[in-house]
Amino acid sequence: MKINEIQAEIVDEFSLFEDWMEKYEYMIELGKSIQLIDTKNKIDANLIKGCQSKLWLFAELKNGRIFYSADSEAIITKGIAAILLRVFSNQTPSDILNSEFKYIDEIGLKEHLSPTRANGLVSMIKQMKYYAIAYSNK
Amino acid sequence: MVFDIKKIRADFPILKRKVNGYNFVYLDNAATSQKPIQVIDSISDYYKNYNSNIHRGVHSVSQEATDAYEGARIKIQNHFNVKKSHEIILTSGTTHSINLVANGFLEILDQKDEIIISGLEHHSNIVPWQMMAARNGVKIKIIPIDENGDLNLNIYDSLLNSKTKLVFVNHVSNALGTVNPIKEIINKAHNVGAAVLVDGAQASAHFKPDLQELDVDFYTTSAHKLCGPTGIGMLYGKEKWLQKMPPYQGGGEMISEVTFEKTTYAELPHKFEAGTPNISGAIAFGVAIDYLNELGLENIHKYESSLLDYATEKLKSITNLKIYGESENKTSVISFNIEGIHAYDIGTLLDKFGVAVRTGQHCAQPIMDHFGISGTVRASLAFYNTKEEIDILFSSLKRAISMLS
Repeated sequence: MKINEIQAEIVDEFSLFEDWMEKYEYMIELGKSIQLIDTKNKIDANLIKGCQSKLWLFAELKNGRIFYSADSEAIITKGIAAILLRVFSNQTPSDILNSEFKYIDEIGLKEHLSPTRANGLVSMIKQMKYYAIAYSNK
Repeated sequence: MVFDIKKIRADFPILKRKVNGYNFVYLDNAATSQKPIQVIDSISDYYKNYNSNIHRGVHSVSQEATDAYEGARIKIQNHFNVKKSHEIILTSGTTHSINLVANGFLEILDQKDEIIISGLEHHSNIVPWQMMAARNGVKIKIIPIDENGDLNLNIYDSLLNSKTKLVFVNHVSNALGTVNPIKEIINKAHNVGAAVLVDGAQASAHFKPDLQELDVDFYTTSAHKLCGPTGIGMLYGKEKWLQKMPPYQGGGEMISEVTFEKTTYAELPHKFEAGTPNISGAIAFGVAIDYLNELGLENIHKYESSLLDYATEKLKSITNLKIYGESENKTSVISFNIEGIHAYDIGTLLDKFGVAVRTGQHCAQPIMDHFGISGTVRASLAFYNTKEEIDILFSSLKRAISMLS
């Protein structure tokens, strides 16, 4: 599935929820099912800088596609990271670089992705794109 | 006096708003306090009716502004029981004040000297001294804290010696709310001839220190912590120290005579107040002090203590909740964690319920390292908070925990 299609699908899923609590409960569930980063890659070098909770991100290239894995101390952060992984994992570097992560407003998670919010999630998207740049020449 | 909470709350317009569809419960008072309408109005009154630059105008409105600005200095002087009004320097806040003192001591001290900093310090109280030490080679020593969050005064005794020139300690810890025994700390420092700077930012919204009685050398606070605006604060310094220290910033107001060869500095306090100051801020700072004094700091303290007891007891009934910093002597701050749940998750969900708390390290990483944790949830209470709001914190917290478990 293309990046935009996946985003549309996530928006559809979230539209079923009636209130913010259901939405967050779902995000917490997503956090539990995240593609966990391998222990050997859960190192300081793979930490995303953010002051509130530690967030690790790793990426590897398989058959021309990038597969991300992540972990966080905070479950809500993990849930949002899981959404980002679902959108960007198993895509080609050029698709990732040319994509826009714009649907997030519609699912009401914008507050977590504001550049002024100190949770490192904007940095996470940036780091995902850096991986894509690094792998596009391979 | 009856503490009329309903009447008090009516003075704070922001307390009427909603956040995420819920009543706004503001429990982040240690970060900054909310402002009563009297303070807010004093700022617009200044700009509407008598805005002018101070100290230099021959015209009437400039004189009115100067009188109001200098009047605020007198209010601050009286509030803190300071001997001379020129011992009060108006700064942009505590961080500015500390940097001003650190800069002053940059030249006074050298590598033979030592300074002592408490292990309960906020970042802003550590970095200026590290910067100073990098330049003049002064040795920095730290007073450690015990498991209750109290400073270990036995170790403090052993750190003091004839080389100690300065001791820096906060009156109240921002992360834990611990009230430090500053009188004892000051006396001991004076016994070896060291000066003491006390950061009162977290204290002055809760009680009223008598600076002459404390015999402290420097004391600082920020207006925004005590119902005043941001960007204004004060530094008290004993006259002898302020005379001894060189000016911090160059500019207008701080000079008395300038030729290309030589500049003569202005008298205190203007020597340390270069440039056009935050005039409306200073005036509003004075109004905030009036407001607190009208309620009475003792009444405020009494009310907040009962609120703290109520909140502590309530939160302790939650399974797996651990409170950090249970000093006998603390202000209305509760720093806590729920076992197995990250502070950030709790803070995020509380916010969705309209409850504002702080999460993280509270700019006090050394304290967090001491407890071996990466952060806490901090609920800090003010005199305009109510038991009903504590109940909302409690029920929201319970719901957040059940969502996260």
